[in-house]
Amino acid sequence: MGDRVQDEPDSDRRRFLWITGVASLSAAGAGGAAVLADFVHPKVLFEPPTAFRIGRPEDFPVNSVSADYDRKVYIVRTEVGFFALSAVCTHLGCITRWLEDEQTIACPCHGSKFGRDGSLALGPAPRPLRRIAIRLEEGELIVDTTVEVQADTVLRV
Amino acid sequence: MSVAELKERLVGTQVWKSVFRHRYIDSNRNRALTVFSNVFLHIHPVKIPEKNLRFWHTMCLGGLSFGLFLVLLVTGVLLMFYYRPAVPQAYRDMKELEFVISSGAFLRNLHRWAAHAMVVAVFLHMARVFYSGAYRPPREFNWVVGVVLLVLTLLLSYTGYLLPWDQLAYWAITVGTNMAEAAPLIGPKFKFLLLGGNIIGENALVRFYVLHCVVLPLAAAALLAVHFWRVRKDGGVRPL
Repeated sequence: MGDRVQDEPDSDRRRFLWITGVASLSAAGAGGAAVLADFVHPKVLFEPPTAFRIGRPEDFPVNSVSADYDRKVYIVRTEVGFFALSAVCTHLGCITRWLEDEQTIACPCHGSKFGRDGSLALGPAPRPLRRIAIRLEEGELIVDTTVEVQADTVLRV
Repeated sequence: MSVAELKERLVGTQVWKSVFRHRYIDSNRNRALTVFSNVFLHIHPVKIPEKNLRFWHTMCLGGLSFGLFLVLLVTGVLLMFYYRPAVPQAYRDMKELEFVISSGAFLRNLHRWAAHAMVVAVFLHMARVFYSGAYRPPREFNWVVGVVLLVLTLLLSYTGYLLPWDQLAYWAITVGTNMAEAAPLIGPKFKFLLLGGNIIGENALVRFYVLHCVVLPLAAAALLAVHFWRVRKDGGVRPL
């Protein structure tokens, strides 16, 4: 009888129980983690649509910036055509405002400023406003906020 | 029957003895037993050298932080009686607490100011520990636990910010979750899971509510127990 537990006679059995125990606990843990990760992932989202009709081309005067703050977009019409800008500031996601008098798009949160083409005029925003997809379908303009397009893309109408 | 006799009979009853295991006679043994046999006191050491109790060793900042945590726990639970984490009830409930319910404004303000004060107290506590070198061995691990507690304190502040569901709350969480999104690789997914979607809506409100009222306080309570226990096991507060 020593101080230590004699595990020599049973060492195979102990080893087997240890390995199967750890293995089954690991499997249960991994399964539980996977189930939890799936659980916290919402399956259906009740959010406003990201693509929507914004109006007819003739609703927008030439050389104008029209803001739709609920849907967080600007529709800009130049002499060439249309493009759409996301009104979400590229700094930290506040909704910018179109200031007609200053011909500037400005963010109320941290003071970033953008030109009417979305170009960055003043920080702290790191990038110009996102230019998003706009297309004409059956006489109506349709904006899709999830699709970003090149900064020089213009829809000619 | 005199008061002394009544008291003697009371402490002789089986009910009394079943609760209190020893008599209150001022002896070293009983003083130790008072601490040992009480679940709330036993986290404390039985004896502390008098010189360790000097105010300027700790400025009571850790104790103040914990005291504020308890204030937040009590006021927070009371606020929960009237608050529903849903749109549009959340904002209405907040206004009802502020303007209609007796002592509602007082409890809200107490919760708010205690939250601000706790952030300050925790920060000063950390500064005190740092400048007095109390993070050095054998206390390195407790410093790490303390840093996690600081982060939990800030997260509790942040998650509580959304609950009034007003403009300040909405835009603060917009800014905060966009900061989280900027984290490399996991940022966008983390933001999505934190909000329970792509926008700050019902899902985000419920998630922040559960984190604020259940998950983070439980995590903080567990780590506080470890933190206090380690203070004692690492030798308590020692003079510089």
